[in-house]
Amino acid sequence: MLEISDLHVRSGDTKILNGVDLTVRKGEIHSIMGPNGSGKSTLAQVLAGREDYQVTRGTIAYKGEDLLECSPEERAQAGVFLAFQYPVEIPGVSNTYFLRAALNSIRVSRSQEEVDALDFLNLVREKTRLLKMDESLLTRPVNEGFSGGEKKRNEVFQMAVLEPDLCIMDETDSGLDIDALKVVAHGVNAMRSTERAIIVVTHYQRLLNYVVPDFVHVLARGRIVRSGGKELALELEERGYAGLVQDRPQAVAGA
Amino acid sequence: MKVARKSLDSYLERFNRLDDASSDSPAWLSRLRREAMLRFADTGFPTIADEDWRYTNVAPLAATAFETAPATPPDGHCRTESLAAGGSAAAHCVFLNGRYCAELSRLEEMDRQVRIGSLAAILRESPEEVEDHLARYVEAERHPFVALNTAFIEDGAVVRVPDGVRIPDPIHLVFLSTGNGGPAFVTHPRNLILAGAGSECSVVEHYVGVGEKPYFSNPVTEVAVGENARLDHYRLQEESPAAHHVSTLEIRQESNSVARTMSADLGGRLTRNDLNVVLGGEGADAALDGIFVVSGEQLVDNHTRIEHAAPHCGSREIYKGILGGRSRGVFRGRIVVHPGAQKTDSVQTNNNLLLSDRALVNTKPQLEIYADEVKCTHGATIGQLDREAIFYMRSRGIDEDMARSILTYGFAEDVIRRVRLAGLRDRLSSLLFDRLPQGSFLRKALT
Repeated sequence: MLEISDLHVRSGDTKILNGVDLTVRKGEIHSIMGPNGSGKSTLAQVLAGREDYQVTRGTIAYKGEDLLECSPEERAQAGVFLAFQYPVEIPGVSNTYFLRAALNSIRVSRSQEEVDALDFLNLVREKTRLLKMDESLLTRPVNEGFSGGEKKRNEVFQMAVLEPDLCIMDETDSGLDIDALKVVAHGVNAMRSTERAIIVVTHYQRLLNYVVPDFVHVLARGRIVRSGGKELALELEERGYAGLVQDRPQAVAGA
Repeated sequence: MKVARKSLDSYLERFNRLDDASSDSPAWLSRLRREAMLRFADTGFPTIADEDWRYTNVAPLAATAFETAPATPPDGHCRTESLAAGGSAAAHCVFLNGRYCAELSRLEEMDRQVRIGSLAAILRESPEEVEDHLARYVEAERHPFVALNTAFIEDGAVVRVPDGVRIPDPIHLVFLSTGNGGPAFVTHPRNLILAGAGSECSVVEHYVGVGEKPYFSNPVTEVAVGENARLDHYRLQEESPAAHHVSTLEIRQESNSVARTMSADLGGRLTRNDLNVVLGGEGADAALDGIFVVSGEQLVDNHTRIEHAAPHCGSREIYKGILGGRSRGVFRGRIVVHPGAQKTDSVQTNNNLLLSDRALVNTKPQLEIYADEVKCTHGATIGQLDREAIFYMRSRGIDEDMARSILTYGFAEDVIRRVRLAGLRDRLSSLLFDRLPQGSFLRKALT
């Protein structure tokens, strides 16, 4: 589904990613872990199409197509979804209207019929129950006045409604208390499917107790320095990142 | 200046004609008009050297010798849907090129004491009804255009709601200008709204233009809100693209009264609105909303002045502007707290959204406080669409134009939401959608 090879990315004069290789197949869950500043979030944002970064080398193929040629909306329409680390507030636009506009934009791009208001309401109700979301959040402006936890839950809620093929979750677990974490994990697990791939970008191992990954990758200094199974996350939890980045001890000195 | 002089002469000439033709007018009215004409002849049109007109150059308007609007019979234009602000109405009064048009107007049955109708008819039949009110609230000194309007008082709407009477449905006043064919003309609608003690009503002033030719609308509305009365006033300006629109709304509030105003400007080439509110009795409360959406070469200049003249009064003001193209916006909001107006609570906000880097806004909130126990805050912002929010929406599959439109709509949403008349609210959001890329998709998605 996703094939990243030799990806080099910079922001202005700063090199952030220095040759990332990653292959994600349908039905898999990958976790990308790493210390702060390792480039995890940049990778997630580049996949979603943020224009503030320059890709200087390498390719990203998604479903066999060149993802880097696509605008952010084309990527979303093709099934890519990024759950933001810092969800953005949109004053004056209710969560429901926003999400219906998004869903219908995606459907129209696929020559599917638009969802009418009533069907949409039913869909949304079902997903709010899945994520144990307060229904009052639906009528409030997108993310405005939401608590940190509510914002994160809202991201997963949007993901559940839009049903993307490739879910990228950028630090969705940070700032969540254990109950909220379980709810979010439940929502993510409900979306596991043989047709869908999920990339969980996280600093901590905690979420991975509930959303168990098939593969764990450690990103440091803009490269994947180690890959393994779910046990790698536990090892990280125990030994910290320092022990895993032996070939570049100075890389983690300040992490 | 010579050019302006020439048009001044033409106003004088037309004033003399009106003065001769209205020899049967009551003496007080003739005196009122003459004094106003003298004042206008004395000051002439304002120039950008005048602080209050610094950003709004009325030279092109001053240079044009606008004719008095012709008495036109209603034609096809008058039945366009543009006349309907939507929803049910207690009264629907249409003024065609400044003159009351009985054929297009209708009044529902209501309390016999309620008076809704044409100022011209009242001046003809029972001028004493308005003698104590006309030009008693707004001063001709306010600015030259008020003097000009007063000099040419002929017609407009009179709404008088007696003490304790509540009119649940809105009163629609439609001012339709048909700028097709013939010379450029001017209208001076003069409206009087008298809300008795403990009364309740909503009034909509709707300015609509059809045709491409320039014309000049110069309305003045005086409003007196009695003790403990509630008045909602809406002003929707959809003049045609070449029109000049200079309006004055003067509101006097007595104790414990509540007035809410909403001023929306979407049309016109040059628009200047002066809104003055005097909170004259203890515990009076005013809420002022404003929105304008302009593009191309349009200019909208909003001057508001809220005078806290009594203790324990509140005012809340939110004015918003959305500017595209090379359009310009001006906001000058003055809050004056008089000596003794203790416990004043006043909030003023002016937010502007620039959709183009050639659009320009000048904003100047001003506080003048002469009392010591008051709470006054004000703030102004000028900004562009939030790039983060645009990316966020695009990452959800919404294309860039649409994302920009959604954000723009969201910017205006609170002002639209506070419109209490469903028909008017729908019309306003619809007018906004019409001005946004992918508006029809947006209308479907957001409503």
